Amino acid sequence: MADTEQTTQTSPGAEDEPAEIARLAALTATPVAVDSFADYARGWWTRVRSGDTGSLPVVIGLIILSIIFQSQNHHFLTARNLTNLIPQGAEYMLLALGIIFVLLLGEIDLSVGFVGYLGGIIMAELLKGPHAHSWWIACLACIGVTTAIGIVQGLFITILGLPSFIVTLAGYLGWQGVALLILGNGGTVPIQNHVVNDFAGGELTPTAGWIVAIVGSLLFAGVTLFGAERRRRSGLAVPPRSLTLFKIGLVAAAAIVVTIICNRNRGAAIAVRGIPWVALIIVGALALWTFVLTKLRFGRYVYAVGGNAEAARRAGVNLVVVRTTVFGIAGLMAGVAGIVAASRLESVSTSSDGGTAVLYCIAAAVIGGTSLFGGRGKAMHALLGGLVIAAIYNGMGLLGLSSGTQYVVTALVLLAAVAVDAVARRGRANAGVV
Amino acid sequence: MTQTASDTAPAGAPSGTPLLQLEGIRKRFGAVEVLRGVDLTLRSGQVTALVGDNGAGKSTLIKAVAGIYTIDDGRMLWEGRHVTVHNPKDAAALGIEVVYQDLALADNLDVVQNMFLGRERRRGLLLDEDSMEKSAGETLASLQVTTVRSVRQPVASLSGGQRQSVAVAKAVMWNSKLVILDEPTAALGVSQTRQVLDLVKRLGERGLAVLIVSHNLNDVFEVADRIAVLRLGEMVADVARGDVDSQSVVELMTTGRSDRLTADGPAPTSSAASREDA
Repeated sequence: MADTEQTTQTSPGAEDEPAEIARLAALTATPVAVDSFADYARGWWTRVRSGDTGSLPVVIGLIILSIIFQSQNHHFLTARNLTNLIPQGAEYMLLALGIIFVLLLGEIDLSVGFVGYLGGIIMAELLKGPHAHSWWIACLACIGVTTAIGIVQGLFITILGLPSFIVTLAGYLGWQGVALLILGNGGTVPIQNHVVNDFAGGELTPTAGWIVAIVGSLLFAGVTLFGAERRRRSGLAVPPRSLTLFKIGLVAAAAIVVTIICNRNRGAAIAVRGIPWVALIIVGALALWTFVLTKLRFGRYVYAVGGNAEAARRAGVNLVVVRTTVFGIAGLMAGVAGIVAASRLESVSTSSDGGTAVLYCIAAAVIGGTSLFGGRGKAMHALLGGLVIAAIYNGMGLLGLSSGTQYVVTALVLLAAVAVDAVARRGRANAGVV
Repeated sequence: MTQTASDTAPAGAPSGTPLLQLEGIRKRFGAVEVLRGVDLTLRSGQVTALVGDNGAGKSTLIKAVAGIYTIDDGRMLWEGRHVTVHNPKDAAALGIEVVYQDLALADNLDVVQNMFLGRERRRGLLLDEDSMEKSAGETLASLQVTTVRSVRQPVASLSGGQRQSVAVAKAVMWNSKLVILDEPTAALGVSQTRQVLDLVKRLGERGLAVLIVSHNLNDVFEVADRIAVLRLGEMVADVARGDVDSQSVVELMTTGRSDRLTADGPAPTSSAASREDA
């Protein structure tokens, strides 16, 4: 019976085949017939409802937090306070940018807080005394050491196959100990270098701020339009032009609003205005790691290893190299965060708390939307989650609430974020099964 | 068209050199000899089913061909040339691709990213997404995989049959000549199984050699041109589909011989019997 079926199938199929393949190729090349902005918006809403919420919960969360704090204390949404949010959240955002790579692999790094702390101390020591090194040597030394620490911990995890939780827990304890040994009893090392102190404390002139905002927006617009145009020329499905323009408009509007807010005078006695330097550090790091994750083969492998390590291995991905590099990146960003944290306090001292920093940065990544189970997350999540953490920290301070209350609220927000993610995941799983 | 009908296989042996000839393949793990001199011939455009009970050595055999295990003894002839396959890269270089039962897909990556995993195209240092997306779409279309709505959706959102189709498309994209499928329908429902079996037939029609490992004799009889039966590390039969029925295959799998099958060829009654059974 099967034989007759086959013969009848093959003979008419022979002539139609090329035409049929061409038709199907056309179908597959433009998989969803999307032609208007409205269609796209509707598609997005369908995805959100099926659990693919993206950054929506955290954005809504930020708005709710802002409303609550503003209703309790009208200073929350002032230019001065909003500008303060940037340096306050900077350490967590920068740490989270590194930790997101680790979380994408489904691993954890508990040591980054104290590794960054140690890096800051190394920098401060090099800037101290009559034979102070120049600022960039001190910063490079800090980042070099923290990156090396990350790589060494990564090698323990990959080559010896030890759990990352344990290796980095040892790092959490050990590097804290090393830092205290360097500082000595109750030691404080002040930082007098102006360049380093300006990282977190200095700002661009208002004109420079506008130039940066405009050039940045134009750069984003250029890259986005160029990419869309190239897809159109390759005959691939392209989002409607209105959507591309909408995205560009959104980014430009954000840049303009931030610049306007930051350029307002926020000083009391002396006029202080301008975008904080640290904002540029954050945006630069965000752009760099987004590029690495989305445009480079390495980034693709990070997602692949996090999603299915065995599949990646069989595809020829070198797991040891990818994993170790990722821990190196976490160390690198710990160093950057350590510099910024030291710069904000203009000193390093035994009272710094790298333990809270690491928990806050993991919380920031998760609140931002990165999964703890690997494979899902974006660099942008560090920024959004860090903003939430900074807003809670800042708003609670404005309301004069105790640090006890702050911890409790942060814990609730973290739980809420994970709960939202879990519920959304269930929605995705249900939608996923066709 | 390539020859697919089973009736032509025993009548006039297909011309030309076979794609892959295995001669006297032996493999032992410690004291256990898992493959005891296995012969197998695979031809382009032919779907061969490899059947056998658990522990017969099916997995070991395909892993030996795929370069995951090195063989202890025996020869492998690829297009008539003697070759040795030391690792999966060697196998891939020859044009051998294996779709394992677990499919080796990363759920969080989309269809294009999975199909190109480990062999990403780049323009300079950057990933060339456009060219990869185009090729992935073309490959799926040429295999008539039309159920995948968008090549940019994550694999997690695909059904079992669609995932199997993506894994197969991934395997055929690299100018492969032999595609080995390990239990492709094991976890699938009826309509999904249909999708995958149709796809397997199409691979043969495209001129690829296909080796399919399966427990499901219904599937085997539906898609295979030839059926090779492995029992306790020995190839007890390698016959055209039309020459056996499922009962004799079961006998071959369990006892190593079948009364309906004579040593030098099929007994004429056996095919008749199979028709009646069906």
